[in-house]
Amino acid sequence: MTDIPQDEGFTVAGRRFTSRLIVGTGKYESFAQNAAAAEAAGAEIVTVAVRRVNLTDPSQPMLVDHVSPERFTFLPNTAGCYTGEDAVRTLRLAREAGDWNLVKLEVLSDPKTLYPDMIETLRALEMLVADGFDVMVYCADDPVMARRLEEAGACAIMPLGAPIGSGLGIQNRVNIRLIVEQAGVPVLVDAGVGTASDAAIAMELGCDAVLMNTAIAEAKDPVLMASAMKHAVIAGRQAYLAGRMPRRRYADPSSPLAGLI
Amino acid sequence: MNIIVNGESRRIATEATVAGLLEEFGLPPRKIAIERNREIVPKSAYGTTALRDGDEIEIVQFVGGG
Repeated sequence: MTDIPQDEGFTVAGRRFTSRLIVGTGKYESFAQNAAAAEAAGAEIVTVAVRRVNLTDPSQPMLVDHVSPERFTFLPNTAGCYTGEDAVRTLRLAREAGDWNLVKLEVLSDPKTLYPDMIETLRALEMLVADGFDVMVYCADDPVMARRLEEAGACAIMPLGAPIGSGLGIQNRVNIRLIVEQAGVPVLVDAGVGTASDAAIAMELGCDAVLMNTAIAEAKDPVLMASAMKHAVIAGRQAYLAGRMPRRRYADPSSPLAGLI
Repeated sequence: MNIIVNGESRRIATEATVAGLLEEFGLPPRKIAIERNREIVPKSAYGTTALRDGDEIEIVQFVGGG
């Protein structure tokens, strides 16, 4: 039997990660469920948001008490930011809270689609790179914009598969593939995954990893779905490396025609 | 004197520092970050950063997000 080669993972901004599945920490019923799902996903990186401490009850449990920054690499995001300045301010606070500089930039346009404002995203990226951050950038599935982001110093390109929280799956496979082919930094599908097959498709297109939150958190059984996603990402990666068969318009028999009785 | 903390006005002692404010709220410095008048206050400076009347303080933490 031939041994299946061990996946060596992907490297972003000089840091190597074995797991190709990054999970969010929003929308879970409880911190305990969140922690269990992150474990089941085999995730090494979790995304987190930065918000005001509740001063009326500062004794409330905190995320860090359940999902430990010692166990997972925290990837602070700029969710809810609509300008470059807001994003930079948020991530400076995140850097102070966590003492690391790997971050996820997302600058949104309107609340209905949560589609990224790419002009503002690029501007924020330039500010963050100048300030010493390693920036993974949530972006539109536009190959031209993706190239601009890389030129501006993004350490990972993270195109949406579909709008945040929509669960619609990869809507434009051609663009995701074009982005993968031209990129010199890791490409991750971020947003839009709804179920395991969507994650597998992202990986089959050659993405380095997948980032998701709602697909796991809003599943009926989030921990089981986290495990499904883990396997889907591994399967998709292996299928990509294995190289799929060509598509044909007509049948091609799998059993020999010779020797038919 | 009065300061604004996370958008709410609060009356505090005149001699207060950032460290003192955190102690009052019972917040562990390890888990949060602080902005004073839009400037980050490094953790190492909590004890020496005096609060002044009208200061605007933001105290943030990591929460769940995608």
